[in-house]
Amino acid sequence: MNTLLIAKRDLQAYLTGYTAWVVVSGLLFLEGMFFNAYAMGSDSQRYSHEVLRDFFEVNWGFAVVASVLLTMRSIAEERRDGTDVLLSSSTATDGQVIVGKWLAVMGVLSLLTAFSIYLPGLIYVNGKISLAHLAVGYLGVMATVGATTAMGIFGSSLFRNQMAAGMVTGSMVVLLIIAWIASDIMGPPFSEMIAYSALYNQHFVNFSEGRLAMSGLVYYASLTGLFLMLATRILEGRRWE
Amino acid sequence: MIEVTGLTRYYGEFAALDNISFRIEKSEIIGLLGLNGAGKSTALKILAGLLAPSMGTVLIEGVNIQDDPTSMAKHIGFLPERPPLYEDMTVTEFLVYIGRLKGMSTSDALGRLPEVIRMCDLKGREDQLISTLSHGYRKRVGIAQAIIHGPKLVILDEPISGLDPAQIVEMRKVIRGLGEGRVVILSSHILGEISQTCDRILVVHDGKLVAQGTESELASHTGGHNKVAITVTGEAAPFHAFLDNSDLVSEYQPIERPDGQASATVSVTDAARADLINALVSASFGLRLVEVPDDELEEIFLGLTKGTA
Repeated sequence: MNTLLIAKRDLQAYLTGYTAWVVVSGLLFLEGMFFNAYAMGSDSQRYSHEVLRDFFEVNWGFAVVASVLLTMRSIAEERRDGTDVLLSSSTATDGQVIVGKWLAVMGVLSLLTAFSIYLPGLIYVNGKISLAHLAVGYLGVMATVGATTAMGIFGSSLFRNQMAAGMVTGSMVVLLIIAWIASDIMGPPFSEMIAYSALYNQHFVNFSEGRLAMSGLVYYASLTGLFLMLATRILEGRRWE
Repeated sequence: MIEVTGLTRYYGEFAALDNISFRIEKSEIIGLLGLNGAGKSTALKILAGLLAPSMGTVLIEGVNIQDDPTSMAKHIGFLPERPPLYEDMTVTEFLVYIGRLKGMSTSDALGRLPEVIRMCDLKGREDQLISTLSHGYRKRVGIAQAIIHGPKLVILDEPISGLDPAQIVEMRKVIRGLGEGRVVILSSHILGEISQTCDRILVVHDGKLVAQGTESELASHTGGHNKVAITVTGEAAPFHAFLDNSDLVSEYQPIERPDGQASATVSVTDAARADLINALVSASFGLRLVEVPDDELEEIFLGLTKGTA
């Protein structure tokens, strides 16, 4: 109950403030531009499923950026304003606080994702798209941003300064995206372990092409759980600082 | 009702609190007095369940708050020095939200709201956005969030800091009203405020509890005298002669007055204060003013901490 209470209040704060709307509308605008240039811009005829795959690649990138931008304020701002006391002196456990804040950001990202539906709509108008491909692609996007949002909440729990939180989260996300490069220059078994941790290449490509990959879902869920747990430990540790 | 035993808190090697013990009964308003860095805020944060002690226990009605801090949160209200407020919410929205975070249902929080609004003198501000409130009203909302759930223990860290004189008078009334049926602990660096608002004072210095008691009891630790400033009409000489000959007065310090009045700061025990005033009236001095000098509590405090520093 406390989790939903905190999520509702945070989501309300996001939606009544301007930051979330600036992020959502700005990224949607850029996403439309990129979609037009990257996915639709080819002169040659392409299959709809290829265009949809390219859309999900674009959508994935912007959703991940949005998750980093939205989470950087989450806990850091509460600490800066001193309102974290309200949560830490409440009946909510640290875990409930963390999950509540994660849910609130996921709510905003769901809006961003929902607002992007007009782009697949354009493909639908000009061709044929599979609803299953659409659903799996969006599931992959949401599973990824679930993980990057958890990383953002963790980053935000480390600092009072939002910029520092955003930079740490952004660095973690970039490292996981380029992990496949590092895997190329290492020998086994590290190369396989690092390749497995690659946020995009190893796991999202299946989703973008409409294939539901359980290993990808497990990976994203594990990453989400790990970083939410780490953020909870950070809050718990504050009582002992 | 509140029993603190052997409370100790280290930050690394530094002991911010060192083996502090005290007991507070229901309906008492307790003032925590100490210099900056004495350990007041650390003590308040531990009592509020925000910090874990390195050693020692805090029992509220026999239950250790460290055993289950989240459940005990229902019984504790805390106002830090800077009121923690969500500025995008109205006063009502905020207080109901905090009530729910403290374990109340929405209907219970709404039901409790009128009483809290009355106690904190927030009538007419219920639907106002917190971002538009003055500093004084923000403090009141801060106190309201600390009591919305009807806690047994209310902790106020520097509740009057930053308030203007009119707001201080109002806040004093609000704090006095909180004491009914619960324990209130407040800290303040405005020493006179502690004596006017609190039933008992705990003096903390260098992490240790160096004294506790009423202002008079604390004064007795430093020699058993309180100072009062007495002003009478007429010439200074007979007034000073009276003070020289009075057994009730241990010493006095004349105060220059150019307006046909005589005045002196007199050291007199608390018990003898009324006798001295009666004696002045009997001796036909035109008694104009008897007041406690502003620096009285400061002197007591400095006396208590001298030698422990």
